[in-house]
Amino acid sequence: MFYLTPRKEISLFFTISIPVISILLTIIFGFFIFSVLGFEPGKALYHFFISPLSRLDKIADLFVKACPLMIIGTGLVFCFRANIWNIGAEGQLIMGAVFAGGLALSFSETQSVWLLPSMAIFSFIGGALWALLPALLKIKLRTNEILVTLMLTYVASLFLDWLVRGPWRSPTSFGFPLTQYYPDVGLISKIYFPGIGNISQLHWGVLIAILICLLCWFAMEKTVFGFKIKLIGDSPQALRFSGFNESKTTITLFIISGGLAGLAGMIEVSANIGQLQPNISFGYGFTAIIVAFLARLNPAAVIISGLLIALIEVGGDSAQIALAIPKVVTGVFKGILLFFLLAGETLTKFEIGFNYHQKSSLND
Amino acid sequence: MIDALVLTILMTSVPLILAATGELVVERSGVLNLGLEGMMLMGAVSAFALTYVSGSLLVGLLAGIMSGCLTAAIFGFFVLGLATNQVATGLALTIFGTGLSGLIGSDFVGKAIEGLPTVFPETLSNMPFIGVFFALDAIAYLSIFISFLVWIFLFKSKYGLILRACGISHNSAHSLGYKVLTVRWCSILFGGMMAGLAGAYLPLMLTPHWSEGMTSGRGWIALALVVFASWMPSRIVYGAILFGAITIMQLAGQARGWTIPPQFLSSLPYIATIFVLVLISSKGTAKYLAPSDLTRPFISSK
Amino acid sequence: MTTKPVLLESREISKSFGSFLANDSINFDILEGEIHGLLGENGAGKSTFVKMVYGLLEPSNGTFYWNGKKIIIGRPQEARNFGIGMVFQHFTLFPTLTVIENIQLSLNDNFATHELRDTINKKSAEFGITVDPDIYIRDLSVGEQQRVEILRCLLQNPKLLIMDEPTSVLTPQESEQLFSVLKKLSETGCSILFISHKLKEIKKITQRATILRRGCVVSTVETADVSTEQLAKMMVGSNPQIVKPKTAKKSSAILVRISGLNRPADNPFATALDNISLNVKAGEIIGIAGIAGNGQSELMEVLSGEWRSTETIDIFDVLGTDIRNYSPHKRRLLGIGFLPEERHGHSAVINMKLTENTLLTNHNNPVIQKNNIVKNENLEKLTTNIIDKYDVRTPFQNPQASSLSGGNLQKFVVGREIIKKPRVLFVAQPTWGVDIGATKFIRNALIDLANDGCGIIVISQDLEELFELADNICVLFRGKLSESKPLQELSSQKIGMLMGGEDLHSESKGH
Repeated sequence: MFYLTPRKEISLFFTISIPVISILLTIIFGFFIFSVLGFEPGKALYHFFISPLSRLDKIADLFVKACPLMIIGTGLVFCFRANIWNIGAEGQLIMGAVFAGGLALSFSETQSVWLLPSMAIFSFIGGALWALLPALLKIKLRTNEILVTLMLTYVASLFLDWLVRGPWRSPTSFGFPLTQYYPDVGLISKIYFPGIGNISQLHWGVLIAILICLLCWFAMEKTVFGFKIKLIGDSPQALRFSGFNESKTTITLFIISGGLAGLAGMIEVSANIGQLQPNISFGYGFTAIIVAFLARLNPAAVIISGLLIALIEVGGDSAQIALAIPKVVTGVFKGILLFFLLAGETLTKFEIGFNYHQKSSLND
Repeated sequence: MIDALVLTILMTSVPLILAATGELVVERSGVLNLGLEGMMLMGAVSAFALTYVSGSLLVGLLAGIMSGCLTAAIFGFFVLGLATNQVATGLALTIFGTGLSGLIGSDFVGKAIEGLPTVFPETLSNMPFIGVFFALDAIAYLSIFISFLVWIFLFKSKYGLILRACGISHNSAHSLGYKVLTVRWCSILFGGMMAGLAGAYLPLMLTPHWSEGMTSGRGWIALALVVFASWMPSRIVYGAILFGAITIMQLAGQARGWTIPPQFLSSLPYIATIFVLVLISSKGTAKYLAPSDLTRPFISSK
Repeated sequence: MTTKPVLLESREISKSFGSFLANDSINFDILEGEIHGLLGENGAGKSTFVKMVYGLLEPSNGTFYWNGKKIIIGRPQEARNFGIGMVFQHFTLFPTLTVIENIQLSLNDNFATHELRDTINKKSAEFGITVDPDIYIRDLSVGEQQRVEILRCLLQNPKLLIMDEPTSVLTPQESEQLFSVLKKLSETGCSILFISHKLKEIKKITQRATILRRGCVVSTVETADVSTEQLAKMMVGSNPQIVKPKTAKKSSAILVRISGLNRPADNPFATALDNISLNVKAGEIIGIAGIAGNGQSELMEVLSGEWRSTETIDIFDVLGTDIRNYSPHKRRLLGIGFLPEERHGHSAVINMKLTENTLLTNHNNPVIQKNNIVKNENLEKLTTNIIDKYDVRTPFQNPQASSLSGGNLQKFVVGREIIKKPRVLFVAQPTWGVDIGATKFIRNALIDLANDGCGIIVISQDLEELFELADNICVLFRGKLSESKPLQELSSQKIGMLMGGEDLHSESKGH
C-alpha cells in the first residue's frame, strides 16, 4: 500500500510535465483499447488525433467546439482554485441560454444591434442566478455545494425541456420541441476573412472565448482579486488575516463561474443553433471540468486544454465516420485523462512511498 | 391496470434501492462516490453481454456485480491510494464508465435476451390487490432483504459501528487503532457490487435489451436518494418507491393528458433532495445526520 | 513508602520526525498503583512519548518493558490488550454517536448493548461518574465528554491509564471531581500517568513526577520533596542571561488602550477571554506569558481584527481611534502591524511565492497596487528589500515559502511587518521553532523597533524571550490576564507559578 508524505516544494518539473505525461499515457491506453476492440490502433489514433488537424476548416471546427469549453472552463478554474466545487456548470449554461433565448424570442421582430449584447448580459445573469442559490446556501448554512449544483443541473435541463415543448414551442415547428428562430440580430455571425471568406463554422464567439480566457488569466495573475482567489483556496485563515471577506469572495466566484457558463450557453445557441431545443449542450458543463484540470487551473492554459479536449471530441466524430468506432470512446479517453491528471495532482503535492510500516507524522 | 402500474413502480424502484443502499454504505464510511452512473452502466453492459453470450442469467448477474466491483476498485485506487479529490474522481469514473460501457455494448445493441422469471407461481400473483407483491423477480425481493441486512450491519454490529465511526471522524477512529483505509476500501467495493447489480437489473429485467447510456440518470437519482433518505437504509426503500412512483406517474399522466407538466414531476426528486440538504445543514438535529468526514481524504500516517 | 513493582519501563526511547528530535533517550518507569506526573512545557515532547506508549507512534529507538518483559506496542488495540488505556487531550469521541456506541468502539471485545449498558452503569456508580449511556456525545458538555473518555478506559479494567492534559478543558470544580476519581482508581491498583504543565496539580495528585524539557528527561522527583518553585525552575530551565540593548526613553504617551475585553468561547475547545485590560505606551514592549491554550490565539485574533465585537469589548483604542470594528485591512492602514503565531497558513501561505506572501499584508499599499492591479515590479522590490534587510536566506530567487527554513520564513514575516515601520505591533510567538541565530536577529529587530517609539505586545510561551524583550510582563491563564508587572519585580519561578495558575498574592501571604 502507498503512504503519502507532503512535499516541501511543489515540484516545477511535475507542474509542467503532468499534463503532457497524462496525454501520452492516455494515448497509450487508447492504443491498447483499440487493439483489444479489433481496430487497427495506428489508423484509429490517426483519425482521432491527426485527421482533425489536417485541414484548415477542420481546425476551425476544433475552435468552434472548444469555444464553450474555454468559457466554462476558465470560470471553473476560478472556483476550483478557491476550493469551491461548482460542478453544475451544465445547468448554469442552460439557464444562461434560457435567459438569452427569452429575450431574443420576446423581441423577435427587432432590428436593434443592442439585442446581442443584451442577450449576453441576460445570459450571464441567468447563469449567475442559478449559481447564486448554492452560493448562498453554502455561506449561510454551510450546505454542500457539490450536490446542490449537481441537482440544479437536472432541474435546469427539465425546465428547458418544458419550455421548448410547452410555452415557447414555435407554432410552425410541426410539433417538434423547438422554439422560433432568433431574429438575425440575435445571432452570432461567422468570421469573414478577406480573400478567403468563412472558414467552416468559425464564429466571433470563439474570439470572445479566447479574450475571456486571457482576461481571466490577467485577473488571476495580475490583480488583488486573483490573489484573493488563490488565498481562499489555499488557506481561508490567511485570507481573514489579510483582511478580506470570505463570504463575499465565495459569492463573487459563484457568480463569475455561473455567469460565464451562462454566457457560453448563449454563444453556443446564437452561433450554432439559432433557436432553443431540448439539447443545447453536449455535456459541455461536465467536460469543462476536465478542461480546467488539464489546464492545471491556469486560465490562459484553458485555451490550449479546451482545444485538446475539443480534439478528442472532434476526433471521435472523425473516427466514427472513417472506421465506425463508436463515438462513446471519447468518454473513455476523457475519463482516463482525468484519472491521470488527478493522480498527477497527488504526485505534485506528495511523495509517494510503498513502505507500509513507516510512521511519519508529528500530529496525527 | 392499477396492478400493472404498481408493479411497474416497484420494479422501477429496485435498481434505485440497490444502488442507493450501496452508496449509503460508502458515504457512511466517509467517501462520496459520484461515479454511480458509470458503475451501473458497466454492470448493465457486462450483465447483458455475458447473459447473451452464455445464455445464463446467473452468469450475467455475477458479471454485472463483478464489473461494478472492478470499476469501484479503480475509484478506490485513486481516492484512497492516491488521496485524489473524491468529487473529480467520481466524475471521471462516470465519464469513463459511460464511455467504456458504450464501447463494449456497441456489438450488442438491438439484441434481445430472456428476462428474469418471477419467483412465485401465477396463482399467487393473480390474486386481487396483494397479488402484485408476488409478481416480482428474485432480485426485487433480494433488494429489500439487502437493505434490511445493511441496516442490521450498520446499526446492530460492531463492524458497522466501526464503519460509521470512520465516516464521522477518521482521526478519532485512527487514534483508537482502526484501519480507516481498509474500512473505506471494503465499503467502496461493496458499493461497486451493489451498483453493478443495480445496473444488471436494467437489461435483465426492466428492458431486456442493451442501449447506450441506458441508466438514463438513475445513478444521479440514487445519489440524491441517499441524501433524501438522510443516510438511513429503511428510508431508501420508501424513497426509492416514491421516486419510482414519480417517474411512472409522469409517464402515466402523459398518457391520460394531465395538465401538470411531466418535467415538473421529473424534477421533484432533485428539488426534494436540495430541500433535504438545506434541512440537514440548517440548525436542529438534522444537521448531525450526514457523516461529518464525507469527502475528506484520509492521509495515512502509519 | 514501600517499594512497589515496576509496571512499565522505557529505556532509551527516542523519536525523531525528520531532523527534529522530539524525544531523546527517555528513561522512565512507573510503578504499580502509582500516580506519576509527566511535567513539561508545550513542545517538550510529552504527547509524543505517550503516543508511543499507546502504540500510535513507533519509537525510532529504544525499548519498552511491561512487568519486566520486553514488549513492542504496534497498535492501540495491542496497547489495550496489555491493559493500557488513554484519555486524549483532543478527545477521540464521535459526536454523532451515543455514549454506549463510543464506549463499544474503544473495547477490543464485542458486547451486547444491554450487557454493556449494565456494565457502564455499574462502573459509573463505582467511581461516581454519572453519564447517561444513551445520550449523544454532541449533547454533552466538555467535562461530561471527558468523563465518557475516562469511563471507556475504565471499562477495559486498565492497569495503566494515561491522561494527556486532562484538566486543560475542565473547570476547577470538574478538576476536583476528576482527582477524586483518579485517587479511587489508583487505590484499586491501577497506575496513572498524568500529563500536565500545571504545577499545583502535579504537586497535589502525583507521588512522583518526571520533568521533560526539549525532549529530554530533566529529572524524576518525589513530588512531596520538592516545592512548586523548584518544579517551575526544572520545567522552564534556568534564569536566562538578560541582555538588554534597549535604549528607548520611557514615554507617557499611551498608544494602545484596552479595557473590559471579553470574548465568549465559540467552540468547546476554545478559551473565553475574561475582562482583559492592558495599556501599551510608546517605546514599550509588553510581554504576555502563559502556556498555550489559555487564550493566546483568541486574544491574537481580537488584536488583529480577525474577530471583532463592539458588544463584548468596552474599550479598544489605538492611537486615539476606536478600532473595535476595524477589519485587519483597516487596522493596517492605521499603522498597526500584527503577526499571529502560526506561520503555516496564517501569517504566511507556504504554497505561495515570497512575493505573494508580501502581498498578503501589503495589498492596500498604493505603491504595490493601483486600481486592484498589482504592480509586480514594486512588489518584487519590496520583497527583495525585506529579504536583504532581514537577512532571509532563500535557495533561489523568489521561492515558495515552503522551501524556506522555519527561521528564515519567520525572519521574512517579521521583516514584512517591521519594514512598514508600524506605530503599534502585536506579535505572537515571534521565535517559535526558530534556530538560535534567527532568534537573536528577530529579537534585536523588535527591540530596534521599540527604540524607534513603537508600542509592542509580544505574546509568548518562551520565558527567556520575554525576559530579553519585555519591559512589563503579564500572564494569561484561562483567558484572564494578570496585572502587568515590571520585569525587575519578577523571576522565572514567579512567572512559572503564575503560568501554572498559582496566585502570587495568596502564596506570598502564606509565607
